[in-house]
Amino acid sequence: MSSEVNLKRTSIYSEHIKLGAKLVPFAGWEMPVQYSGIIEEHNCVREKVGVFDVSHMGEFTVRGPGAADFVNFLITNDFSKIVPGQAIYSPMLYEDGGIVDDLLAYRKSEEDILLVVNASNLDKDFTWITDLAKRFNFEVTLGNISDSISEFAVQGPSAEKVMHELFGESVSGLGFFRFLEVKFNNHDILVSRTGYTGEDGFEIYMENHLALEIWNQLFSIGKAFGIQPIGLAARDTLRFEAKLMLYGNDITKDTNPLEAGLKWTVKLDKPDFCGKEALLKIKEAGLTRRLVGFEMVDRGIPRHDYKIFKDNNEIGFVTSGTHAPFLKKNLGLGYVSFEHRKKGTEIFIEVRGRLLKAVIVATPFYKRKK
Amino acid sequence: MNFPKELLYTKTHEFVKPDGNNAVLGITDYAQSQLGDIVFIELPDVGTKFTKGEKFAVVESVKAVEDIHTPVSGEVMEINDDLEANPNFVNEDPYSKGWLIKIKLDSPDELKKLLNLEQYKEFVD
Repeated sequence: MSSEVNLKRTSIYSEHIKLGAKLVPFAGWEMPVQYSGIIEEHNCVREKVGVFDVSHMGEFTVRGPGAADFVNFLITNDFSKIVPGQAIYSPMLYEDGGIVDDLLAYRKSEEDILLVVNASNLDKDFTWITDLAKRFNFEVTLGNISDSISEFAVQGPSAEKVMHELFGESVSGLGFFRFLEVKFNNHDILVSRTGYTGEDGFEIYMENHLALEIWNQLFSIGKAFGIQPIGLAARDTLRFEAKLMLYGNDITKDTNPLEAGLKWTVKLDKPDFCGKEALLKIKEAGLTRRLVGFEMVDRGIPRHDYKIFKDNNEIGFVTSGTHAPFLKKNLGLGYVSFEHRKKGTEIFIEVRGRLLKAVIVATPFYKRKK
Repeated sequence: MNFPKELLYTKTHEFVKPDGNNAVLGITDYAQSQLGDIVFIELPDVGTKFTKGEKFAVVESVKAVEDIHTPVSGEVMEINDDLEANPNFVNEDPYSKGWLIKIKLDSPDELKKLLNLEQYKEFVD
């Protein structure tokens, strides 16, 4: 790890060391990938509550008279439909309909919006957003505040109770995709009822100097609920079971949101957004492939980039795949040609030169009970 | 880390447990801890012949896929069938419950090229 130059460390790096985390380089950061073990951590979030240090995520501010209009132009989902105190999930697209990134947009007010983007895309995203605002003359000021903001995710069935004890009813009573700015030690922090695990949960955004105290309080309160720190590896398996997209795997610049199954985030009836024309053309021509979920029938684990076959013809590729720790099944996501997308279709995954049988199943693989 | 004295080791973290003209092969405690939770193991058929250096098994954890190579040549006499249902045996007990295959050695001389406990320990550190 010492050979990796200039890796950034989150504000609570020393806590990760104390907790015995295994650290890996990720998107320019030295991040905890696992603590007690992926399966144990994964199931802790499904059954109790877990805390993730996801301070590597990118945060941008969009401010000014044109802020709301600009964000609505930037993303495919309808930002005009949400009110202050509400957040929305959306892809943002290149003109050709390919995906730049997926993000959360928090509407603090008409003129003050927070965007949260993937760490691995941070620089690319900021450049793209800045250029787009300039090119279309939006009256906005953009800020990249990523380096001064820490982020934790508190996820799992007991997340609400932990958050209630730490921040009170106003936070624990938040609706899904609602957020609130609250004071902690006289500083504003932002808490939203969002997450990337398929469980109920919250995400906390705070200035770096507050991170250690909030982290420690989460653990002292959470102890009674069996709280554990959760690494990036379990974050990936959790989001996978819930079929939440991973940029770079399931969605990329070479995929569009319609074929990725993100139609619910694409509002083609909006006046305009970047990539709209391309999507309309794609829709008119008809989709050529579709992201589907599948379960292995033969013994084997599907992995990113494995090929998918049907009747000995290559019909697609795996985008994500693993042994799902909670469901205890070997599952995958992948693009297949449109005619083979239906549930129950038998497909074959090429694993080390052999074609192993799998079947297309309904997604998400995991859906929590309300 | 647990590294039994009576075993031989490789720099790619396999262990070899000699037993007359046969040897039991598996992965070391270090290897299993690096891989994390092991969820799938692919073993060869009994009777398959391997030359030193060839891949004879694949061990998969939740996140990683690892090829396992044999440091000795020979024919597979037995495989650990329990691992199909319990791949986690390799995490729990890599040297006994988590053994991978038993091989009939073509040339027991190949064992001399392997690392002893001290050499392996030094390598891992």
